[in-house]
Formats: sequence, C-alpha cells, structure tokens
Amino acid sequence: MSILIDRNTKVLVQGLTGKTGSFHTEQSMAYFGTQMVGGTHPKKGGEKWTGSNGEELPIFTTVAEGKERTGANASVVYVPPAGAAGAIIEAIEAEIPLIICITEGVPVMDMVKVKAKLDKSNSRLVGPNCPGILTPEQCKIGIMPGSIFQKGSVGVVSRSGTLTYEAVFQTSNAGLGQTTAVGIGGDPVKGTEFIDMLEMFLADDETESIIMIGEIGGSAEEEAAQFIADERKKGRSKPMAGFIAGRTAPPGRTMGHAGAVISGGKGGAEDKIAAMEAAGIRVSPSPAKLGETLLDAIKG
Amino acid sequence: MNIHEYQAKALLKEFGAPVAQGFPILTADDVEAAIDALPGPLYVVKSQIHAGGRGKGKFKELPEDAAGGVRLAFSADEVRSHVSEMLGNTLVTKQTGPAGKQVNRLYLEDGADIDRELYCSVLVDRETGRVSFVASTEGGMDIEAVAEETPELIHTIAIDPETGCTADDVAKLVAAFKLDGAAAKDAEDLFPLLYNAFVEKDMSLLEINPLIVMKDGHLRVLDAKVSFDGNAEFRHGELEELRDLTEEDDKEIEASKYDLAYIALDGDIGCMVNGAGLAMATMDIIKLYGASPANFLDVGGGATAEKVTAAFKIITSDPNVKGILVNIFGGIMRCDVIAEGVLTAVKEVGLKVPLVVRLEGTKVEEGKAMINNSGMDVIAADDLDDAAQKIVKAVKG
Repeated sequence: MSILIDRNTKVLVQGLTGKTGSFHTEQSMAYFGTQMVGGTHPKKGGEKWTGSNGEELPIFTTVAEGKERTGANASVVYVPPAGAAGAIIEAIEAEIPLIICITEGVPVMDMVKVKAKLDKSNSRLVGPNCPGILTPEQCKIGIMPGSIFQKGSVGVVSRSGTLTYEAVFQTSNAGLGQTTAVGIGGDPVKGTEFIDMLEMFLADDETESIIMIGEIGGSAEEEAAQFIADERKKGRSKPMAGFIAGRTAPPGRTMGHAGAVISGGKGGAEDKIAAMEAAGIRVSPSPAKLGETLLDAIKG
Repeated sequence: MNIHEYQAKALLKEFGAPVAQGFPILTADDVEAAIDALPGPLYVVKSQIHAGGRGKGKFKELPEDAAGGVRLAFSADEVRSHVSEMLGNTLVTKQTGPAGKQVNRLYLEDGADIDRELYCSVLVDRETGRVSFVASTEGGMDIEAVAEETPELIHTIAIDPETGCTADDVAKLVAAFKLDGAAAKDAEDLFPLLYNAFVEKDMSLLEINPLIVMKDGHLRVLDAKVSFDGNAEFRHGELEELRDLTEEDDKEIEASKYDLAYIALDGDIGCMVNGAGLAMATMDIIKLYGASPANFLDVGGGATAEKVTAAFKIITSDPNVKGILVNIFGGIMRCDVIAEGVLTAVKEVGLKVPLVVRLEGTKVEEGKAMINNSGMDVIAADDLDDAAQKIVKAVKG
C-alpha cells in the first residue's frame, strides 16, 4: 500500500497553462503514467493544453466542471502566489478530496483564510510551498525528481523539499526504497502537519520504517514526537530516523522558508531533537547520514 | 521587512490608534522644529534602530555610565544635549550583537504619565492557523522572561478570520489586561483596529510593549514594533518607502534585487544551495565538521543562470569567504543551469578561493560534464558529506 495517492489517483492541474505547471505536468505524465486528467483556467475553458511531446489535456473553466467531467479526486496548484489561495479555496468548494499546493510565497494572511475554510470541509490540503507527493511506480504529483525513487518500504515526510530528495536518494541507495514521500511544506500556516502523515504511515502495512525531516520554527516536530511517544505506549511503533535542519541558524532571522525562524525563544533545533529522541526517533546529526541512521534504527 | 517605531506609530495612527505626538529627527536641523511643536515640559528621545533593548543599551562612543538609547528630557535644553550625544553614535543592545548599530534617526515624543504598563502583541499562531492577540499585564519588560517565569500571566486570544475581532474578543482582552473605566471603553476601538491594521497591511508581527494605561485612565500605544510578511510585498507598494536600507546588509540588499534568499553570517565558508531546508542543513554540516558558514543562500527552485551568477558574485564579494561550497539537489532546479551560472560568474570575477561543487538530481550528468570540461579548478564531491569534508579541509588545511 501507499498513502494518499496511488495509480488510481486522477489529478486536475490548477495553473496548467503556466510554464511551471506545463513542465511538471509533462514530468508527471511521463512518470509511470500518472493520471493527469485536465487543467483549469478561467478564460481558456474548452481549449486544449498540448505538452512539448504532443501530450494533450482538456482545459476547464472551473475546478467543479473539471471534477464533474473527469472524475478527478485530486488537484495540484501551480498558480502564482497572488492567486494561489483563491485556487485552493475553489478546489475546497468543489469538494476535491486531496489538494496539493506547490506554489512558494503565498501570503500568510491568505493561508489563514484558507485554513478557516479547510477546517469546515472534508478536503485535505498538502502545502503550500511543498514539493508534492510521490508514490514510486504509481503516481507523482508535484516537482520531486522521479529518478531518485525506488519502490520499497520507507515512508518519508518532510517540511523541506530538497531534504526530502536527500532522504529518498539515501534510502534508495541503502536498498530500502519508499512507499510514499510527502513534502508538507515550509510555511507557518499549512494544510497538513506531521502527525496526520505519521498516523497514515503507522497504519500502512507496506511502510516498515519512517523518516521524518523537520526544521527550526514552530513546534510541529515536538507535537509529532509526542504523538509517536503516545502511540509507542499503545504498542504501535515502527523504526524511525529524523533530522532537524537549522541547528546553526541565528535566532530572529527567517531562513528562506517563511516558517523557519527561531522567535521568542521557541522553535530552536535542540528542543526538537531532544523531543524526537525521547520518543525513540533516531535523529541523524548529519543530513548526509539519513539512510545510515535509518538502517541502524531498523537493526534496533 | 521591519520598520522603525516612529513609522509603526504613524501607521497605527492612520488606523485610529492613540499614540503620543512626536516627530522623527533625521538630522540635527530637525531638532528645533520638533521641540517647538511639542507642548513639553516632559519629552522622550528615542533611538530608532531595528533592534530591541534600546532603553538598556549603551552607546559605544560614550562613557560606560552614560544614559541609554531611550531618554527622558525635562527641558528643551536637555533634549538638545541628548540629541547631540545620541545621533550618529553606535548603540549596543542585547539584540544588536557586540558591533551595535549606528543611530541615524531619533524620535522625539511628548512624555506620558504612566499608571500601568501592559504587553500586547498580534501575530499568526501557527498551531491554530489564526491571527492571535498575546496579552499580559506584565508590560514594559522582556516578555520572554515573563513567559518563562510566570506563564499564567500570558493570555492568547485567537481571532476567527470570518468574523474579525468581535465584542466578545474585546471582552476577553479587557479581562486579560484587567482594564476598567475609560481604558475599557478605549479598548472597544483599539483592539479591533489593531487587528484590522495587522490583516490589511499583512503584518507578521505587531508588538506593543508597553501599551499603557495613563494616569487619566486612557490607553496609549507607547512603543510599537511592526514586521511585514515578505510574501505579501507584491500588494503593498505603499510600504516600500518605509524600508530603511541603512538597517540592512549590503549583500542582502543586492540579493533581494535578484529575489535570492540570502542572509549574511559571520563564518568563512560561502554556501550556494537550492532549497531552504537543504541550505540550512548545509550550514549545519559545515559546522559539524568544525568550520562556520559565511551565509545562508537559497537560490530557489526556478533559478536562471543569471540568478546563479548574481548569487555567486554576492558570495565572492564577502571578504571573509575563504572557500565556497555549491550544493545542489535538482528537482525543478537543473544541474546544468547551476553549472552554467557558476562558470559565467567565475569567468567574470575570477576564482580566488577553493570551490567545492556537489551536484545531484535533474540533469546531473550534463552539469558535471560542463564543470569538468571547463578547465576550472573545481573540487568535485560525490555527496553532501564528502562535499562538506572537502571544503572544510580546503579552508582549514
């Protein structure tokens, strides 16, 4: 099994006609035939999108129409920052079950509005500012490089895009492979936090071990560690390795991700690492040793 | 983006917040007009720098027992003498670091009769995803210390974005601050307007420490610190004029022109990385091997060769840089684009320090080939660990 997406996932692209949306839609289609079923554009409904290799997809005026016509059960948002929140809200209102927002730089206040709508809906949002989700040999939504993945047994969840790639690359090299990798994004207000993903990985039979990558800012890692510790007490656990980026970051400076900032004495790396280790997660001191650390955790 | 206290107060005043009358002093010539325009006899002279702890700060150029960066004056003459001591000198506070910050602007304000000092801030609480007020009766001091020692004195009130700050929310704030009489009445306007200012201007932090209850029973914003969400700059052209470039690092200003996330640090290994998480992790691993990063630099996902060239030039312009580590794991970012950008930069500005390049991901073979065939003196690395060890060895010998 995998989590969130598999070969039956049908994906609608919001922002298909832009450069980024086009490029990554082609990449997704080329990845084991991920079912990209159409795109949306308020003014180009009824037209066709043509990829650089001659791929064709229908364009719909609204997400609701696209969902109705294609049976899409997921959407991916590549819409630029100013319109990204509007696009997510449109997908929520169209009752798309899984919405993945890749867009980087969405204003925080826009996400506050999205979050309020999301809480009253049945949709799940992953992101924004995330690399997407990939289930090896089945489905790729977003911008992760498919070539580094290998079908296998590790569940990967990460706040950082490129560190997701490190974790995937290293677990592939270690011969473990992945069930699914999820980038939840680096923004302070986002759709999905670690705990939901960890719950899914714990429940998934094929996922035998988990890598969790956090970074400075906020307290989501501490809450996730508490969740893992509580589940362990109930007898539910899998070997886990972790990493926290930003150990050497100075307080008060936002490190690229709007969410990565140590402020008010909170969100520092050491507290997160201590909480994760106390929950039985092996925290790698180096981002280059994620695979090795997970192998050690599996050996026990 | 951060702004000065006097700018923050002017902004809040536009929304109707009660602030004292005051005037910025940018040069010594502004002093007389400011004194004439204020009623006196009590004045406050406040250093305007983007750092907290000004009151307890010390001026480097003045004797150890000289007054700090925020001073009371009881006459116009005293104002003049404070201004001449403060303007242009370097204020060191616990937030500026030992180098301190030059005080290029002062703010002269009408003094207030303080009865009580409160702490009030507005921020986005990431756990609830909502704009929240943080309220405490313990104002005027270091709020982090209050949070540490007496957490029960800090109240958090989350606001529903669909209703805004309601009468119910105001009642909770009035209770948290223990307000009554005229102050409770003022609160009915003040808290909703602070919330509206926060939302409309896309602030990331609005901190009023202290918010005061005056002897006449009314509320007043005595200090104000405002930061804005960088992601929302595109819809706030009106805020651009509030930016004070003298408060920013030259390299950071240059980087912002190219939309590069760059932060100057004090080490000697320059870093160019794609992705904020990997950029932080690269800093961490350099430290792990016993050296220090000179900067944080995320070239982003969709960088062009021109942007990479600009990034490389910014790194090499830092005289502290004794070696450079390029660490790229291409997803959107293509390794051949990185290679092209680096090669162009080296051609233009030369390469005077060791350069270690680690490429992985999209178009990695093409990128590696371009670097190998360039004849440039580049140390290739296989993975992140190898790259970090090689650059530390090259710099430390």
